Amino acid sequence: MKKFQKYIFPLVFLVLIGLSYLFDFAAGEKIGLNFWMFFKEMILFLPLMFILIGLFDVWIPRKRIEKHIGKESGWKGTGLVILLATLQAGPLYSAFPFAYILWKKGCSIRNVFIYLGAFSTIKIPMLTFEIGFLGLKFSLLRTLITLPVFILIGYLMEWHLKDKDFEVKQP
Amino acid sequence: MKLLSIFTGLFIIVSLIFNRQKTWEGVKKGAAMFLRLLPTLILMLVLVSIVLYLIPEEKLAKYMGEGSGIAGWATAALFGSVALIPGFIAYPLCGILVKGGVAYSVIAVFITTLMMTGFLTLPVEAKFFGWKISVIRNLISLAAALLIGLFMGFFL
Repeated sequence: MKKFQKYIFPLVFLVLIGLSYLFDFAAGEKIGLNFWMFFKEMILFLPLMFILIGLFDVWIPRKRIEKHIGKESGWKGTGLVILLATLQAGPLYSAFPFAYILWKKGCSIRNVFIYLGAFSTIKIPMLTFEIGFLGLKFSLLRTLITLPVFILIGYLMEWHLKDKDFEVKQP
Repeated sequence: MKLLSIFTGLFIIVSLIFNRQKTWEGVKKGAAMFLRLLPTLILMLVLVSIVLYLIPEEKLAKYMGEGSGIAGWATAALFGSVALIPGFIAYPLCGILVKGGVAYSVIAVFITTLMMTGFLTLPVEAKFFGWKISVIRNLISLAAALLIGLFMGFFL
């Protein structure tokens, strides 16, 4: 029953969108279109992403990851998570599950947040988009300025969380 | 997208060759996580699609446009922070805004907050990081976006 309850809100939403189409209610139609666009993006990405994460979980030993991007990994570890993040695609919420698995396999707090920062702002597939619309100069400058800023955020979060029992939870 | 499907497919095949039981276990684990997260995800997408409808593009250009000063920055940070909007919508929108006379520094604030902070996506983020840390991360990112905007304004 509780499982069903969680879907009441989306169901009500869908019914309202359906009614909007039936009665030509423009606002509802537009919102429905927005939702469909976001939903499509999500449903194409996330299931694959989660399957990869599940496989990653059973196959990759913690020791190996921890050595490269764990607490003792230094700048090389930071470089690695940034590289990993820039090669991916998708909205920020698809980075959270990946951050979870990295954490589970021994990634340091600092590198988890640097990963999120890099993922959200300097993904390469997205940069090509940015250059197209805003120009190379803007894109390059923004990347160069943003890079040290989110590395700093990583250090800040680590400093703030190091004595607390921080964990990235399994959803 | 294509790359991700090919990569996942290859991974599954290789994994199957080495160990069928382990593969099944991994796929099941991933699918279970996805299904548990799905209701929260849908809730978030519903909120984002409503908010995106409520944000009028022409008005944005006016509020953030030439001579808007602090108000322009505030508008960019505020609207940018509400939702996480994927690049394929955010960049065309920014393209329109630049043509409408919005300064590059304001665009930088807008785009950075659009991508880094999302108050509507907090429920999803909180499932992984907990509410407190998620809010802290979003607030720090908001401050960072303003800083990035300042630097951009200095150089461009």
